[in-house]
Amino acid sequence: MSQHPAIELVGIDKSFGAVHANKNINLKVEKGTIHGIIGENGAGKSTLMSIIYGFYQADRGEIRIDGKPLDIRDSQTAIAAGIGMVHQHFMLVENFTVLENVMLGAEGGQLLAKGVSGARKELKRLETDYGLDVDPDALIEDLPVGKQQRVEILKALYRSADILILDEPTGVLTPAEADHLFKVLKVLRDQGKTVILITHKLREIMAITDEVSVMRRGEMVATRKTAETTVEELAELMVGRRVLLRVEKGAAKPGKVLLSVKNLTVKDARGVTMVDNVSFDVREGEIVGIAGVAGNGQSELLEAIAGIRKPASGEILLDGQPIANADPARLRALGLAHIPEDRHHMGLVLKFEEYENSVLGYHRDPRYGRGALLDLKAIQADAVEKIEKYDIRPPNPRLKTANFSGGNQQKIVVAREIERDPKALIIGQPTRGVDIGAIEFIHRRIVEMRDAGKALLLVSVELDEIRSLSDRILVMFAGKVVGEKTPDAGEQTLGLMMAGIAA
Amino acid sequence: MEFYDIVVSILGSTIRLSIPLLFTALAGLFTERAGVFDIGLEGKMLAAAFASACVAYVTGNAWLGLLGGIGVSILFSLIHGFASITNRGNQIVSGVALNFVAAGLTVVLGQAWFGQGGRTPQISGEARFSPITLPFVDAMRDVPFIGPLYVHVISGNNILTYLAFLAVPITWWVLFRTRFGLRLRAVGENPGAVDTAGISVTWLRYRAVIVAGFLCGFSGAYLSIAQSAAFIKDMSAGKGYIALAALIFAKWKPVPVMFACLLFGFLDAFANFMQGKAVPGIGEVPVQIFQALPYILTCILLAGFIGVAHPPKAGGVPYTKER
Ligand SMILES: Nc1ncnc2c1ncn2[C@@H]1O[C@H](COP(=O)(O)OP(=O)(O)OP(=O)(O)O)[C@@H](O)[C@H]1O
Ligand SMILES: [Mg+2]
Repeated sequence: MSQHPAIELVGIDKSFGAVHANKNINLKVEKGTIHGIIGENGAGKSTLMSIIYGFYQADRGEIRIDGKPLDIRDSQTAIAAGIGMVHQHFMLVENFTVLENVMLGAEGGQLLAKGVSGARKELKRLETDYGLDVDPDALIEDLPVGKQQRVEILKALYRSADILILDEPTGVLTPAEADHLFKVLKVLRDQGKTVILITHKLREIMAITDEVSVMRRGEMVATRKTAETTVEELAELMVGRRVLLRVEKGAAKPGKVLLSVKNLTVKDARGVTMVDNVSFDVREGEIVGIAGVAGNGQSELLEAIAGIRKPASGEILLDGQPIANADPARLRALGLAHIPEDRHHMGLVLKFEEYENSVLGYHRDPRYGRGALLDLKAIQADAVEKIEKYDIRPPNPRLKTANFSGGNQQKIVVAREIERDPKALIIGQPTRGVDIGAIEFIHRRIVEMRDAGKALLLVSVELDEIRSLSDRILVMFAGKVVGEKTPDAGEQTLGLMMAGIAA
Repeated sequence: MEFYDIVVSILGSTIRLSIPLLFTALAGLFTERAGVFDIGLEGKMLAAAFASACVAYVTGNAWLGLLGGIGVSILFSLIHGFASITNRGNQIVSGVALNFVAAGLTVVLGQAWFGQGGRTPQISGEARFSPITLPFVDAMRDVPFIGPLYVHVISGNNILTYLAFLAVPITWWVLFRTRFGLRLRAVGENPGAVDTAGISVTWLRYRAVIVAGFLCGFSGAYLSIAQSAAFIKDMSAGKGYIALAALIFAKWKPVPVMFACLLFGFLDAFANFMQGKAVPGIGEVPVQIFQALPYILTCILLAGFIGVAHPPKAGGVPYTKER
């Protein structure tokens, strides 16, 4: 069959200033297939896809759509060529309705009234065809992320995209939502559409793709038929060395209770109870994992312990001292470190240079300066040390933090908190959007902390992560701890508890 | 009945003082909704006032004067656009610079051309927009209550006044009922969404600043060839800033903008009325208090006492793809 590939890239090259994001990339994506793209953080996946979508322009190279070279200068050209993209960071207008977002750029005339009824009908059709239901009149800011992503997919389908690019769509989804997404993708493929899927989760690649391409440091290093490869091979191709996909750890040797939470109740800004009378202990030398579907109070629990949110009632004790009303600075002084769930909102100031973030929150330490003055030399030397130890790339303490990829940003936070050698560490989503090489590294650090006799509390929506790291697992549902299990409890048992069905 | 006459007279001047604010605030609404801060409203208004007066004086035609004002004001807008949209400069700096340019240039050119210390010569007749008398004024004159209101507040204004009030529903309609409006609101919130929807952020923002220039042309012309009969140095007298305050006070919404402008116009009219009059028990109230009130009210609003004002999210930030 002499069918042209849906997309063919020839010699694509792209730099952002000094960062060479894509180097001479060649790629063929066959029609009617799901093509996976994997690669470490900062490998250049998003950049490459944004070039296909006309969001960035390549410095060199050619894009062929259906065999014909196409000069994609802006997204308009890409959309006209039947390309749709769901970006890693959503491109939605938050105070617009779903309908307005879908129509934006495809309004069907100068006046909105004409297009609206057509758009409603089309949305209805897409809803029934693909099971992508969202209320067209809901405001984006009121929707959970899973639904927001649906809107992004609807936007592409509404423009009758034949080629759909999804950049890390499952990073923000619950397992059930991800399953549903994959069903939709399979339907699209069976209709002859082409799907490009970027993800860090190799299991997803194995489950749904037909072919998979691997990127490393800006280069396309391999393309494999999914049926002819293994998770181990892919991991090795991605990182350039063998990767341990399992966490290796010995038995825990728990000591005395270090962190103790008693009858803690936390409310959110609207006064809704998010954490409901929760009690537990974390001992020295153990990792306690908190499992749960996102939004069941884990975030609020973390924030209360970290001193960011005032508890409504209850007690928190660190080494016997009450800390429920201490602020974060005091908690740090007492030896409680915190790796926040959302590195962009809480962990980092993206406009700062790397070295500034590497001491953020600890900048008052006499090591980093005297009185009102900072000792920049000392801070930078310290940052370089952390960069080396944690393999943060690119190894440049003077680079703006926004220019690091997600995984490397996460390493900056992890390095900062762990290197302070705290007594207790509370960790939220340590590996969200992080590649497997970095995951392996971060996991190893966490286990080392445990073995050094620290008390660790881990919150993650990745059940695998919880199960492989924790010594004890608490399951949270609707603000309550509904049970405690050991890590060898089956996935299904835990899944049922997380859904509030069994205890 | 004397009290009612005072009320009517204050309302009449409220209208007259609100019009330049209204045009200017609507102008600001278009740019700021598109994510471009426009502190240069004041300068545009002043430059347009000067240009209108010059053209009206030379041609003897008020409409041509208006056109001249619009042209110059759009030119200023384009400079602002070039600095802040094309070259991604700081929007506040660009706006402030334009205000200084306008304040200086109008006086220098006025002196060079007319030699009257920065004033333009007096104009009259066809060169001005004069008050229009609406039908039935004579019949209405004797109707109690609504009569004086009709005669002195509703009738007897110049054409620009009526256009200003017409501009409010039109702005609303453009913003919420047209494709241009949808895209404009979107680009002020998340230009990335507009860009990835295949729409040019740059061109869209340029169109927004051009509309703002157009509207500022009207407010400038109103000042020099409708309300007065000549351009006088610094005649905008901070109205651009008050309009900006009204825009924030109205939370960037067209109909509330109109009410905010009327409120601030009323404060101004009331201040004029109170000048030199003593309030029983308090004594004479300094007019400065009334002049400061628009700003004070806006500050109270911004401090969160009268609801929360959410400015367009992407406001003031040049759009770049490079991080
Ligand atoms: N707009 C930009 N401006 C400057 N540098 C950028 C920009 N976008 C990406 N980069 C840099 O280009 C490199 C590739 O980034 P890209 O986002 O494509 O990686 P990625 O493979 O998608 O990583 P991740 O898995 O973390 O999403 C990184 O070093 C990144 O910092
Ligand atoms: Mg990416």
